[in-house]
Amino acid sequence: MNRALRLLRRRLVSSIPVLLIVIVGSFFLLELAPGDAADAYLLSIGGGDPALVQALRQSYGLEGSALSRLWLYLTSLVRLDLGWSVIFNRPISGLILERLPNTLWLMGSAVALSFTVGSALGIVAGSKPGSWRDRMLSTGSLALYAVPSFWLGLVLIVVFSVQLRWFPTAGIETIASGRHGLARARDIAWHLALPVAALGLIYLALFLRMMRTGMAEAWRQDYALAARARGLGHRRIAVFHIARNALLPLVTMLGLQAASMLGGSVVIESVFAIPGFGRLAQEAVAGRDAPLLTGIILVSAVLVILVNLAVDMAYALLDPRVGANEVAA
Amino acid sequence: MNAPINAPINILGRLLRSPAGVAGLALLALLALAALSAPLLFPGDPLAIAGAPLTPPFTDPAFPLGTDRLGRNVLAGLFHGAQASLAVGLAAAAVSIVAGALVGTIAGFAGGLADEALMRVVDAFQTVPGFLLALAFVSVAGASLPVVILAIALGAWTGPARLARAEVLSIRERDYVAAARVIGMHPAEIALREVLPNALPPVLALAAVIVGNAVLIESALSFLGLGDPNIVTWGSMIAEGRNVLRSAPFLSIVPGIGLVVTVLGVYLLAEGLSDALASRKARP
Repeated sequence: MNRALRLLRRRLVSSIPVLLIVIVGSFFLLELAPGDAADAYLLSIGGGDPALVQALRQSYGLEGSALSRLWLYLTSLVRLDLGWSVIFNRPISGLILERLPNTLWLMGSAVALSFTVGSALGIVAGSKPGSWRDRMLSTGSLALYAVPSFWLGLVLIVVFSVQLRWFPTAGIETIASGRHGLARARDIAWHLALPVAALGLIYLALFLRMMRTGMAEAWRQDYALAARARGLGHRRIAVFHIARNALLPLVTMLGLQAASMLGGSVVIESVFAIPGFGRLAQEAVAGRDAPLLTGIILVSAVLVILVNLAVDMAYALLDPRVGANEVAA
Repeated sequence: MNAPINAPINILGRLLRSPAGVAGLALLALLALAALSAPLLFPGDPLAIAGAPLTPPFTDPAFPLGTDRLGRNVLAGLFHGAQASLAVGLAAAAVSIVAGALVGTIAGFAGGLADEALMRVVDAFQTVPGFLLALAFVSVAGASLPVVILAIALGAWTGPARLARAEVLSIRERDYVAAARVIGMHPAEIALREVLPNALPPVLALAAVIVGNAVLIESALSFLGLGDPNIVTWGSMIAEGRNVLRSAPFLSIVPGIGLVVTVLGVYLLAEGLSDALASRKARP
């Protein structure tokens, strides 16, 4: 446990410069955009006199050089203040906190679906590499991995919402339904079924392929031969010896895919009109809301770092070799 | 001296013996043919109105796949869209691999503080979702084909950079690098002429995956209305068809199949390529 905690501290410290680069980088990237938040606001209200422009710039903190504004931004970040959203006319932190749970539910369910089903099917494929089952699953997963998630979402809508009428086409829950507790949870799950499938199926293919490749390699190891020499059954070796060892890299992949999945949720939430974090990013781009977009980039970087920390911790607990030499050093 | 000349031919031979590689090459050849023949088969602007709106597919011989909401030829859009997808995919992969390999080689070779600083930048780029980065970049620089290519490369160069650095670190200790140093070659010359070519094969295997991803990201950007508005892309066709998803689902489904075929072709080729490279390693 001590080992894991020290590893945690090291990782936390090393993520500080990374976050700083992200903040400064995204600040200057959006600094290059023509026009600022005051221009965007003026456009939305139809213009105004120079005095109003002056007052707006002052209230948004847009006066002074880029460096002084970066300093202002950094100091307000310490207070967890991400600034003011122009298009929503409210603090960005509250806005993001409000939208984040929807996305976390979407991503969490998609991860759960893809990880469990993907690794299970990967075990089926990898327990006999080269068999017809393996070839079917491998080819099928490669084809699935080539599908754009937003298009898969549209196909699912056509089949399951328009034709079969099993699921709703959009939204996170029935509006003004007055449902509470379990009934509301069921309603949300019903709305999330298609988006979770659209986002999760692609990663399911990824986990399936990784599990299969890992197992195919593990069969060639000495311990597989040793287990067979001891007279253990094929299925028992496949599940308890081969699959167990092939599972660890999948945990790492979980962390590596966190960023890509967060990016994927932008399109999926836009297809299914889910008021989440990803859709907020698209709204920020459409409304030219640079402070909001900076905040979204920053929060997504923090999320990715946190997921990777959790994955590293899980890995350190699962595998006693991890971090052992880091502590000794 | 023989090995570097024969290696590409050997890899190609093994690629042609793997079913995945052949299937991938066939699909991509088909797409390249469609992309190249688009201006000949469908001259003129594919975004121009060609006939009655919303002609269903397989009803009018002039429009085998029908027309969209504004009466534009779907088949012409499909052929011209292949151009955009392949061009963006290849260009984005080329930019990210050249940039990444360069940064990775420099970091691996320089070592010390420069290496540390460059790798923190790589970390930072990997922490931000590539799609969000592309979204932000396009929104700042304005949607056009070169901007979309750069935006995609912005999120993809870190993979090649890491790989190139790891290769350099393992290669730089080898004897031929020491020999080059002994004969007085400049470190930059050693990096570019001795180390980089040797670090290249695994980077190329990664390339195919980057092309596939780039095609998918481009389509997603176009789908959200952030692609170049002056050219037809499969993503923008899907977005256009989405408005009539209930009455004319084929308008969204058909261009999506084009995307799946493209990306699948690239992935199959990658699988064949990695098989070919692996069997090279197995036989020393």
